[in-house]
Amino acid sequence: MAYLNKMKIAEARDALKKGDVTSVELTEACLSAIDAAGALNAFVHKTPEIAMERAKAADARLKSGDAPAMCGIPVGIKDLFCTKGVESQAASGILEHFKPEYESTVSQNLADAGAVMLGKLNMDEFAMGSSNETSVYGNAVNPWRRGNEDTALTPGGSSGGSASAVAADLCLAATGTDTGGSIRQPAAFTGITGIKPTYGRCSRWGIIAFASSLDQAGPMTKDVRDAAIMLEAMCSHDPKDSTSADIAVPDFEAMLTGDIKGKVIGIPREYRMDGMPDEIEKLWADGTAMLKDAGARIIDISLPHTKYALPAYYVIAPAEASSNLARYDGVRYGHRAKLESGEGIVDMYEKTRAEGFGAEVKRRIMVGTYVLSAGFYDAYYNRARKVRTLIKRDFDEAFEQGVDAILTPTTPSAAFGLGEMADADPVQMYLNDVFTVTVNLAGLPGISVPAGLDSKGLPLGLQLIGRPWEEGDLLNTAYALEQAAGFVSKPEKWW
Amino acid sequence: MSIDKDTARKVAHLARIRVEEDDLPALADEFNTILALIEDMNEVNVDGVEPMTSVTPQRLKRREDVVTEGDQADRILSNAPDAREGFFAVPKVVE
Repeated sequence: MAYLNKMKIAEARDALKKGDVTSVELTEACLSAIDAAGALNAFVHKTPEIAMERAKAADARLKSGDAPAMCGIPVGIKDLFCTKGVESQAASGILEHFKPEYESTVSQNLADAGAVMLGKLNMDEFAMGSSNETSVYGNAVNPWRRGNEDTALTPGGSSGGSASAVAADLCLAATGTDTGGSIRQPAAFTGITGIKPTYGRCSRWGIIAFASSLDQAGPMTKDVRDAAIMLEAMCSHDPKDSTSADIAVPDFEAMLTGDIKGKVIGIPREYRMDGMPDEIEKLWADGTAMLKDAGARIIDISLPHTKYALPAYYVIAPAEASSNLARYDGVRYGHRAKLESGEGIVDMYEKTRAEGFGAEVKRRIMVGTYVLSAGFYDAYYNRARKVRTLIKRDFDEAFEQGVDAILTPTTPSAAFGLGEMADADPVQMYLNDVFTVTVNLAGLPGISVPAGLDSKGLPLGLQLIGRPWEEGDLLNTAYALEQAAGFVSKPEKWW
Repeated sequence: MSIDKDTARKVAHLARIRVEEDDLPALADEFNTILALIEDMNEVNVDGVEPMTSVTPQRLKRREDVVTEGDQADRILSNAPDAREGFFAVPKVVE
């Protein structure tokens, strides 16, 4: 069978169960697609031996009849996840050659469900970026192009490799992580679906930490049904992550009825930003109309502290990063700088970190160090935490009014060209996250669904934000939106 | 609040990241751009607001204070740039 790599999880699952296809065949199709897609620079560590071994085991398990939904499904794993015996570098030079002795809980859950790991995926260094341009492996490239132009576009970030790989059918799905929008923004830029679940749904154990109070893993898939299937396999309560929620994981797929009659959808007026492109405005209005046509009740809501989300985020995330990344000191793992005679341990730390980290990571560590330093802690860090309380309160109040989900654009623009932001100051790049960071600050589930194309033929996404722990209901609303939007476009193959 | 070259040097040292003297002015400029964004927060009235510690109100779980996965020094040292005789090795710390 040709084009097995183009299958969705649900299709492949059904075909595997019926015996129409084997996991080995699916896996081989993906491995060939990966080998032919070097130009996308999505897979940065390939693991074909592990993949074939797991595919064979999955086929045996399928034959025995005891096979969960993800059994035999070939997936890519973001480089942020520690995978036993396989390079796990967070796309950083400071973790060069690092091969963990352990497996992250999320990737272990997927392996236990029989999923097949194809390799590790490109990303922004330590997940800090919105364009995959801060990676030590070089840029990942978006399979989409503007019409007939050959300008290389960003797949977004930080889960840029995951987005590019799924959009280009190099794998059936991929893991991502999202600290300020790193699943949803790249999903929007590449015409795929990505969900960040409620904080605490997925264990953070073994995921290289960026900002621990914001980080969450989630699936990046070809449609909403696949997101439901894969999310369920990724979630679990994990005693090794003290913030992991000890609550049952529902059958998300079973909740996809497409019926949203009587659901209340909030449209937050503060997300209507000055200078927002007309195409984004229109997409948002179209999405609103689609949900209304599907029987939902649309109400205008106010989330008054929205404009302070980005400032609060750029205190809290760097502060946590400066603490988390203190461990990269050249002692226990990764890069250690060569020392001149007479240089001591502080020189070792300073040179190791100067050589190992890229510019954006250094910038954020130092901003974090500054906002946590004596004399500034209250003015910056504590104030940011108070603003965070207010941002969450905005959402709580909307939900108390009876809102079931909130609809917004995912990003303020379509994918931009790699290098186009090179001369912009760092804050210009941070604006990419303006619609997504609020969700991380409030710990809520958020999903991006592809909903249309811009005038240059690039995909655009809409974001739905749900109540905490109600991913099933959120996925169902997303499913209704997906059905109404009918987005089926794929990038034309040039790579 | 504006960051000058001396503050940038101090922050770089606190973060244990070596920054060459010539690069400090540009770094200070970048800090100031980011601080300008951050300082938009000053418009918010936060009187009487509790700083958030956790998005879900929860008490951190506790466990028995016992060794769960011990006796694996070799695995722990397997990625070390320099390990000797079961220890991480570093340049001399005490003269």
